[in-house]
Amino acid sequence: MIGFLARRLVTMAMTLLVISALVFLIIKLPPGDFLSNQIAELRAQGEAASAAKAEFLIKQYGLDRPAWEQYLVWIGIWPGPAGFSGLLQGDWGWSFEYDKPVRDVVGDALWLTLLVNLAVVVFVHLMSIPIAIYSATRQYSWGDYVATFIGYIGLATPNFLLALILLYYFNRWFGISIGGLFDAQYANAPWSWGKFVSLLQHLIVPTIVIGLAGTAAMIRRMRANLLDELGKQYYITAKAKGVPPTRALLKYPFRMALNPFIADIGNLLPHLVSGSVLVSLVLSLPTVGPILLAALKSQDQFLAGFILMFVALLTVVGMLISDLMLAWLDPRIRLGQR
Amino acid sequence: MTAGATAGKPLLSIRDLVVDFASDGGTFRAVDGISFDIPRGRTVALVGESGSGKSVTAQAILRILPKAARIAGGAILFDDPANGRGPTDIAALAADGAPMRALRGGRIAMIFQEPMTSLSPLHTIGNQVIEALRLHRKVSPEEERAAAEEVFAHVGFPDPKRAFVTYPFELSGGMRQRAMIAMALICRPALLIADEPTTALDVTTQAQILDLMRSLQAETGMAILLITHDLGVVANMADDVVVMYRGRIMETGSRKEIFHDPRHPYLKALMHAVPRFGMAPGERLTPLREVASAGIIAATPKLHRPKPAGPVLQAEGLSKRYTLRSGWFLGQTHHVKAVNNVSLTLAPGKTLGLVGESGCGKTTVSKIIMRAMAPDTGRVLFDDGTGPRDVHGLDGDDLFAYRRAVQFVFQDPFSSLNPRMTVYEILTEPLVIHELGTPEERFAKAKMLIELVGLDKRHLRRYPHSFSGGQRQRLGIARALALSPRVLLCDEPVSALDVSVQAQILNLLKDLQAALGLSYLFVSHNLAVVDYIADTIAVMCRGYIVEEAPKATLFRNPRHPYTQALLAAVPSPDLDHPLDFDKLRSDRFSDPSDWPEPYRLVAGSAGVMREVEPGHRVRIAAGHAREAA
Repeated sequence: MIGFLARRLVTMAMTLLVISALVFLIIKLPPGDFLSNQIAELRAQGEAASAAKAEFLIKQYGLDRPAWEQYLVWIGIWPGPAGFSGLLQGDWGWSFEYDKPVRDVVGDALWLTLLVNLAVVVFVHLMSIPIAIYSATRQYSWGDYVATFIGYIGLATPNFLLALILLYYFNRWFGISIGGLFDAQYANAPWSWGKFVSLLQHLIVPTIVIGLAGTAAMIRRMRANLLDELGKQYYITAKAKGVPPTRALLKYPFRMALNPFIADIGNLLPHLVSGSVLVSLVLSLPTVGPILLAALKSQDQFLAGFILMFVALLTVVGMLISDLMLAWLDPRIRLGQR
Repeated sequence: MTAGATAGKPLLSIRDLVVDFASDGGTFRAVDGISFDIPRGRTVALVGESGSGKSVTAQAILRILPKAARIAGGAILFDDPANGRGPTDIAALAADGAPMRALRGGRIAMIFQEPMTSLSPLHTIGNQVIEALRLHRKVSPEEERAAAEEVFAHVGFPDPKRAFVTYPFELSGGMRQRAMIAMALICRPALLIADEPTTALDVTTQAQILDLMRSLQAETGMAILLITHDLGVVANMADDVVVMYRGRIMETGSRKEIFHDPRHPYLKALMHAVPRFGMAPGERLTPLREVASAGIIAATPKLHRPKPAGPVLQAEGLSKRYTLRSGWFLGQTHHVKAVNNVSLTLAPGKTLGLVGESGCGKTTVSKIIMRAMAPDTGRVLFDDGTGPRDVHGLDGDDLFAYRRAVQFVFQDPFSSLNPRMTVYEILTEPLVIHELGTPEERFAKAKMLIELVGLDKRHLRRYPHSFSGGQRQRLGIARALALSPRVLLCDEPVSALDVSVQAQILNLLKDLQAALGLSYLFVSHNLAVVDYIADTIAVMCRGYIVEEAPKATLFRNPRHPYTQALLAAVPSPDLDHPLDFDKLRSDRFSDPSDWPEPYRLVAGSAGVMREVEPGHRVRIAAGHAREAA
């Protein structure tokens, strides 16, 4: 077990290293960078003083060095102008666009993103599992058809559109302004009970909007998995023992049907970060999605690079979690083939 | 009511039971007004082909019928000796209500055919066994555990404490079936329903499980309803026999009446369709429905091609080792020798039967011959008339030609045909791959092939799902014949089929061999089947060939203890040859280090084959071979 964990951690580190190289390469692929673009613009407008400041920044961040050296400095295994100071040392770099350290730009957004997505994951599972069980056990009943129909609508509706509609009606019916994650008065205030309540209120709509398509997809898949398992012999064995129907269902076929979903946790986490960009824009949520989009457009390299690395880290950690959970839940994986 | 008063009454009586299945095309009557009794403490065998309604009857007794089915009439009267209130009509109870659930698993228990799938892979067998107890009795955790360990010991687990925390996938098929029996017996039911309990098991394991059921019955006095298609099992187990066909009862009677004086034509036909030992040379099985292809086979154009002087296929000293892993993710690796110094010879136009229990390496051997897998040592020689060549050295066009000459017939006719291809596409695909013939010629060939296996050429446009198991297996054979091969590797081609269909396929294979000069490597665990079809038989155990002889010699004079055990374990559909359960009770005959001298093989030594009479060779320990020489 410990050997396995050690091996996995080493592979994870290697994977992240490769991803970081790819991320850096892709960001550097378009000609120019944020600062040289800006300098050219400022020169054209004749603002020599600002241009001089930009050139100072180029020196400070070593952007005049060769690309491989910039990369090594960025991840922190090569001495830059400020010594060893990169991702590994916890220095996430400077955002040229915001003119602030990346840490300050991303800061709260990171945790709020995680919070929103955690809420979505919980929502998706709480909604879809009971509906899927209902659908599967009463296949081709009215309830099943209704659930299926709603599921297809959920899959087919563009979620930014749904966001706009809910935005309007929640405001009209409940008087909640649901843009952002807080009421305006709390936006930059320190944490307090009021701010927390405001956060919860504001979480409702984004959770529904982002989670709806996922819920619909999960209902369909869970239903199909369960239907497969319901025909299996061990379920009939359980019934032949006299186990009451609900208990038999939850103890045997349901647990078997869970495996693919646990295996999917690794994919779920990063997808929820990058998949909700549009909704975040529409609802003006202070999450990292829109920030990433802007950073990529303006070639704000350290900011974009950091966010992409963060998503990669989530993926890798998610995969580890799902592997460990699978091993814990399924003895066939834990004890190997004999 | 006293015990004496109830003794004469049956435990369970079924009266005019009707079960209907709702389907798209209306209702289908699976069980059509059957009536029979199960007396206390006795075994009733319910015999019939698949689809005859015997499993549906069992499911109706337990009220675990599939959703599409419903009991449309009749009564199932269960007279439980544990309550004196007289018979309960199971057919009138609510299927999932508390009274029915109390009977199910508590008073009537069931074991199923597939020990591989009928236990949950995610729970320990201890957990699954005490679940039954917990549902039907109020017991403390300590009592539970004690009861479970007692029943595990009873059904033959060597270490009951360890068995409690074992997962099903860690057990062999036989042990899983024992676990199933433990689960069924822990509440001491009055009636045990066993639905094909040994069909998926090896013969020696089958004998042990049957023995276990008999001794448990003698001890607890429970009645058994034994559902099976194997008349050999019936002859050894049943007191009374009920024969079903298409949802109706054809014949009932005591075991003696049924076997000595079968009345109904269906039963007579069934008895003639089973291959038995000691059939006269040249005697043919008579399937219930004969395939109308003999004339077509006789009319097939003969191929004139060079005949090899020696054997068409020869394996020399094949060995294959598998690496297994165990434990948490990494664990220790250990090696299993799946095939150990195996040599085989297949003469042109003959059949070599390869017999052994599951896991003995016979499938690995056929895969190596097919070149789906490379051996660690040894070689396979193939001779197409131009001299023997090493199969594993072939490449390019030579390999392509070898693929054409050696074809495979698979065990499972349901999964070995692509459900999305029509029969025409399935039969012509080999021709397309090997770029043989024009489209017209391919069509003509497909027509010829399908008639060769006794199907109609109108079937070419249909998909595999519209055929029965036997018909699909015939399609599989037709596909294997498309390239006019010299050798067919048949891996358990009839083990998934009913007895009557089995006879059909075996006869077809024989006729095809006579007409086309094919050579077969016929892999099977069923000795009677191999006896019927093979010329030479090789017996395999733990990766070794332990005995090899012409068929008549092997059955007349089996030398090796393992061969003797295998022969003794086959239940014969003949009351004069009952199984010798005492002899089969020990589990020693499949472990080479437990064989008596001079056959005993210690770990690491392969022993040698010694000829005991012409063509009859037995593996003995190396030391004894030297003494003899």
